[in-house]
Amino acid sequence: MTGPRLPVAFLQPGVSSFSDFLAEQAPDLLPGRRALPQGQAGDLAPHGTTIVAATFPGGVVMAGDRRATMGNIIAQRDIEKVFPADEFSAVGIAGTAGLAVEMVRLFQTELEHYEKIEGTTLSMDGKANRLAALIRSNLGMAMQGLAVVPLFAGYDLQAGQGRIFSYDVTGGRYEETAFHSVGSGSLFARGSLKKLYREDLDETGCVTATIQALYDAADDDSATGGPDLTRRIFPVVQVITADGARRLPDSGVADIADRVIAGRMTRPDGPSAALT
Amino acid sequence: MSMPFYVSPEQLMKDRADFARKGIARGRSVVSVQYAGGILFVSENPSQALHKVSEIYDQIAFAAVGRYNEFENLRIAGVRLADMRGYAYDRRDVTGRGLANAYAQTLGTIFSSGGEKPYEVELFVAEIGDDAAADQIYRLTYDGQVADEHGFAVMGGAADVVASYLGEHYVEGASLQEAVRMAVAALGHTSDDKGATKDRVLPLKDLEVAILDRTRAQPRKFSRLSPARLEALLGERGPGVAAPPQPGDAAPGTMPSDATPDDPADPTDEVSGDVPPLEDPTTGEPPSPPPVAP
Repeated sequence: MTGPRLPVAFLQPGVSSFSDFLAEQAPDLLPGRRALPQGQAGDLAPHGTTIVAATFPGGVVMAGDRRATMGNIIAQRDIEKVFPADEFSAVGIAGTAGLAVEMVRLFQTELEHYEKIEGTTLSMDGKANRLAALIRSNLGMAMQGLAVVPLFAGYDLQAGQGRIFSYDVTGGRYEETAFHSVGSGSLFARGSLKKLYREDLDETGCVTATIQALYDAADDDSATGGPDLTRRIFPVVQVITADGARRLPDSGVADIADRVIAGRMTRPDGPSAALT
Repeated sequence: MSMPFYVSPEQLMKDRADFARKGIARGRSVVSVQYAGGILFVSENPSQALHKVSEIYDQIAFAAVGRYNEFENLRIAGVRLADMRGYAYDRRDVTGRGLANAYAQTLGTIFSSGGEKPYEVELFVAEIGDDAAADQIYRLTYDGQVADEHGFAVMGGAADVVASYLGEHYVEGASLQEAVRMAVAALGHTSDDKGATKDRVLPLKDLEVAILDRTRAQPRKFSRLSPARLEALLGERGPGVAAPPQPGDAAPGTMPSDATPDDPADPTDEVSGDVPPLEDPTTGEPPSPPPVAP
């Protein structure tokens, strides 16, 4: 800012999007607006890995493992990759960790800013579209190896159900039914959820299914972290219902993870599904 | 070429201040009260959509009286400033003092610049801290002055009457219920030009009530009180309007049920109640003009 007085642009009504306002007033703060030198930059920074989400009657669960990798190195064991976006939604991120965390912060501010200026929250689809626009603005960096791929889940108060949206690096937005996962271990996690997911799971059952899926992802993908028994590090789980989003306490997640691990002691590949 | 008239700077500033003050005095008052769990805002505002009290950031709220379009612009500017600072630094780095400063500079510059009309607004910027001692209420006037208020603060049309009522009844560390009841009673406390005071029962739908609630679990401490919660807090307050006059009221030997106080200044008002005098005491004309011949 130039002086102590609020700049004229601040006092002009009309723009209720925080990122649009930043693009006008302080474009250097936007993650997608930085000039990058040529070349691949994908190996320079840590990458976050697997996020899973699944719906149950009355809500949606999102869970993420805790590992960030840089090539063959484990960059961080207890990174958090699932964040509340606002009171009724959560966003999980896979890809370049630094950019992704910044993008989540921008997205959180974006939703809160709209709510404060307009006096009402965005619709679920509106939130999903704003996130798509943020991802799209990052396309240049994605092409140099710094891709960010989020998974967005929330409780739609109008529809009265949990909803999940996935994205691609070009900002494509796709609504998923029942469950989805993103990140390096997503193939294994999705295969696991295919066999474990039931439409009539309750909240605890749904959390257990996502933790089983993360275990399966860590089983076959070196970049996904499994439950760390010695350090007691377990996945971050957000549960979103009509009452709002809340993060499950570590003790609650640890109980469920301990039961999953106890089952794997006798059957390492996890619970078996019926053949027909 | 015509010469502009000379106007002394004192006169110029006085005219601008009078102009702004008049605009503010037309509106209804906003009350802000510190209670044990935070800060309470109550205003008389029949509109459900156009708010006088709003959220700026986690622990900061904004209340205003005066011209809606002007304070709405200031509110949006405050939200933008706070969100931008919180995004560029951290959520804890957004302070009420910084915001009050930016508002004061803006209002002050606009007031003293010749080109712009002064803003006809008065603002509260309130921030709650970890305990009641750390709470802050800043009051900003149209000319950019900042005052640090403690306990309670009032601005708007009948600010002095409401403030004197609050001054008599305010207690430190009150519960939310006590604070809401006191603030609503204070807003209903009015006085006419003769100095007689009257207590109105403000209808529920005309009240806009919001709190900065220290006990709220979320980081965003601002919340509006829903009509249902407000009704429960206020309890039974008596009927909002007086009962209509009964047919037997005017009969001899009875007192009218909708009696207005006698006016001692009127020599012809010899009857108790609101029976109008037969004719005007000074002009001798009847109270309503006689019909004009067609």
